Amino acid sequence: MKLDSKVPGGPIETAWDRHRQSIRLVNPANKRKYKVIVVGTGLAGASASATLAQLGYNVEAFCFQDSARRAHSIAAQGGINAAKNYQNDGDSVWRLFYDTVKGGDFRAREANVYRLAQVSVNIIDQCVAQGVPFAREYGGMLANRSFGGALVSRTFYAKGQTGQQLLLGAYQALQEQVAAGKVKLNTRSEMLDIVKIDGKAKGIIVRNLLTGEITRHAADAVVLASGGYGNVFYLSTNAKGCNVTATWRAYKRGAAFANPCFTQIHPTCLPVHGTHQSKLTLMSESLRNDGRVWVPKKKGDFRAPSQIPEDERDYYLERMYPTFGNLVPRDVASRAAKKMIDAGHTVVEGGQGVYLDFADAIQRLGADAVMDRYGNLFEMYERITGDHPLKTPMKIYPASHYTMGGLWVDYNLMTTVPGLYAIGEANFSDHGANRLGASALMQGLADGYFVLPYTIGDFLAGETAGFRDTNTPEFDQIEGEVRGRLDALLSVGGNTPAETLHRELGKVVWDRSGMARTEEGLKEALELIPEIKERFWKEVSVPGTGAELNMSLEKAGRVADFIEFSEVLVRDALTRDESCGAHFRLEHVTEEGEAKRDDENFCHGAVWEYTGEGNVPTRHIEPLEFNYVKPSQRSYK
Amino acid sequence: MKVNLRIWRQNGPGDKGSFQEFPNVEVTPAMSFLEMLDVVNVSLEAESKSVVAFDSDCREGICGMCGAVVNGIPHGMGQRSTLCQLHMRSFNDGDTITIEPFRAKAFPVIKDLMVDRSAFDRIIGAGGFVTARVGSAPDANAMPIGKDVADEAMDAATCIGCGACVAACPNASAMLFTSAKVSHLNMLPQGGAQKDARVLDMIAQHDEEGFGACRNYSECEAACPKGIGVNFIAKLNRDLRTAAMRAR
Ligand SMILES: Cc1cc2nc3c(=O)[nH]c(=O)nc-3n(C[C@H](O)[C@H](O)[C@H](O)COP(=O)(O)OP(=O)(O)OC[C@H]3O[C@@H](n4cnc5c(N)ncnc54)[C@H](O)[C@@H]3O)c2cc1C
Ligand code: FES
Repeated sequence: MKLDSKVPGGPIETAWDRHRQSIRLVNPANKRKYKVIVVGTGLAGASASATLAQLGYNVEAFCFQDSARRAHSIAAQGGINAAKNYQNDGDSVWRLFYDTVKGGDFRAREANVYRLAQVSVNIIDQCVAQGVPFAREYGGMLANRSFGGALVSRTFYAKGQTGQQLLLGAYQALQEQVAAGKVKLNTRSEMLDIVKIDGKAKGIIVRNLLTGEITRHAADAVVLASGGYGNVFYLSTNAKGCNVTATWRAYKRGAAFANPCFTQIHPTCLPVHGTHQSKLTLMSESLRNDGRVWVPKKKGDFRAPSQIPEDERDYYLERMYPTFGNLVPRDVASRAAKKMIDAGHTVVEGGQGVYLDFADAIQRLGADAVMDRYGNLFEMYERITGDHPLKTPMKIYPASHYTMGGLWVDYNLMTTVPGLYAIGEANFSDHGANRLGASALMQGLADGYFVLPYTIGDFLAGETAGFRDTNTPEFDQIEGEVRGRLDALLSVGGNTPAETLHRELGKVVWDRSGMARTEEGLKEALELIPEIKERFWKEVSVPGTGAELNMSLEKAGRVADFIEFSEVLVRDALTRDESCGAHFRLEHVTEEGEAKRDDENFCHGAVWEYTGEGNVPTRHIEPLEFNYVKPSQRSYK
Repeated sequence: MKVNLRIWRQNGPGDKGSFQEFPNVEVTPAMSFLEMLDVVNVSLEAESKSVVAFDSDCREGICGMCGAVVNGIPHGMGQRSTLCQLHMRSFNDGDTITIEPFRAKAFPVIKDLMVDRSAFDRIIGAGGFVTARVGSAPDANAMPIGKDVADEAMDAATCIGCGACVAACPNASAMLFTSAKVSHLNMLPQGGAQKDARVLDMIAQHDEEGFGACRNYSECEAACPKGIGVNFIAKLNRDLRTAAMRAR
């Protein structure tokens, strides 16, 4: 497999402009002859579909929810970054670029990150024009807040519902195009496979989730905007439906998967309680702006927080990282919490948690101002726990949240399968080994509004327009395989619910390939996962038939894919014999307890190629060059 | 603790449907309502029986996917919360809980607790957007917007499109939903150019979908998990009058 990143040479500042000038354009009159399939209607998919339709292309979009507006992006809380420098605090495209490369611990492609920082400013303009009600100052100008990993205030927000408002903007633009007949939108539809013709992605196979009908869809190119795979851990902050199926199926058809072990654990989530829990709830990182993290200095001190005097508290982030304090990046904050808990300083009896305390902010700003900033988050917290953060500190603990890994894409966002693109969280492109807060929304919208709509033209211009034939041997074959797999799931006839097996898988992956990893644990996981797989295909219970609405069948198919995928994730974590960003191997730790990179041997993206059922996949590498930001030991002290 | 469940089972839009009883379901107070339904489904699956169909995704009150009528109230008895945010600690040991789908002519039942709310998407498609081609936007700070206006627009925009307002309305009107989007966009300068067309077209679509007219019962406001107020319906009516006059 040849990996050509297609990064333009020459100065990084002008690379994107020069690239846009050099790529082929589709004649405006011809655009209506082309059709693009977009799987997913989150920020990435909805923005791409709407923009492609505005440009004149025909689009067919798919999502598994009942409406495009319900994609997981809706749940993003804290905000979106952009290098506007509206606060006059010294921000610039360069600084956003620098922070992102450094935050990603030097494992992202420089040119992609620079482009992301460049278009970030256009995103905010576009969203405001659509009527996104960002927070404003009294003078009517846009307000900003700070986020982890940055010393400037560049995050735009709409209360604690930024993802909701951005997605509604994109969704509304999408529905406008649906009403205009330029986008055909299929909701409650699940893509189950990719169809290639002459090696190029030309279609997909879809199951209608209401009727069970299997349908074929052909187009001139296919875009996957299907989100991340954080639910491989079972418990995560992701929506229940988030899954790896679309990208995993594409992987099995030849799209290489990059850096699957780069998974982000978010420091501020509600701690786990009970055994029936179906998901973990995130408390936005923006809370670390005004909240102070602490644990009791004494081990096993379960007095009420108000009873613990100031000098018996350890504000450990402020102590360990005086410069960034509570605003260190996520991976650093998560590990620090784990370290304190492992040393016995938990604040949850019989469980794991640390305090996030707003008492100082309330004193400094007043309760009203604090509620203005975080009111809906505080209410959410109270609803779940029964406690109000104005009265008592929040209890938080890290949880699986975001996945930096994803399908490998080149500078054009094309995967290793020609004509198959991946955008948003589904690709691996911009965040390296750790994503900074408020940068996923930025990347999803950058890909969908400003990058893909240009770069896909370069591919389409070389294709004869109008591929619509689904009566080909290729479609017959793939549809046959999809049906075969559904039948296999339905005929296992066991009595273990897929949910139960998913929970088991999640525990194996979390315990051995979660916040801290060791060679020994990872090898154990490689023994345990095949056992779960074997049990799945012997024991899983899938009542009902394929020709009807069948939630058990949907769930079972997704869990089967998670099981297979988790093996590649673990293998990736095992072969990356270094620590970097969120990938923390206990064997590779600096004296100060931070991730110790091995640039000599691992300054690359690890790119996995499928080599057939039961075979170990092949690991390729994309070497990374850092010509602008010199790799250094990250320091947030 | 134990609860007795009466869950509506209906095998498709054409089926008549009836309640199925699940006596003595073991739950814990910390469980969310949907986790309680998960428990029911896991035990149904273990017996190879068909599970209760219900919608959910985010499970934190923002996607608008979940929703059912619990003991006669859309989203159950939690104040200003969605079904997924309701916890079993709100119930007592031995309670009987009746669970039905949102009912309205424009929301046909798909199966069990799942309903078809695609009418909402078509109302948005009729005018719930600002036409702004990507690449054409001026600088975001070019047009200042007062904080009070931005905040009020945000209050309207906070709607999650769950449909509880329709389920609560004796007339099955979707006026709260429609007015929230009309108000959000009509209040902002960016939405100004399409103000009249927006309100006229969205109302026309609302009626065409089979939603009832608003008779000021205000049940919608009480049921809304996001606390959206009927003041937005008054705003819509003002915009509608102006638009109709100008259209003449
Ligand atoms: C709780 C939470 C809070 C967050 N807060 C922030 C924040 O403040 N700032 C920030 O920058 N980032 C945040 N993130 C991250 C960010 O929200 C996501 O990374 C981003 O929204 C992903 O967008 P997406 O468009 O790539 O995918 P998604 O929004 O996940 O959309 C995926 C789409 O693909 C569809 N799909 C998937 N598989 C299939 C299939 N097989 N067939 C058909 N359709 C399919 C789904 O239906 C959906 O429409 C947060 C994440 C979480 C979990
Ligand atoms: S599941 Fe998303 S609002 Fe309830």
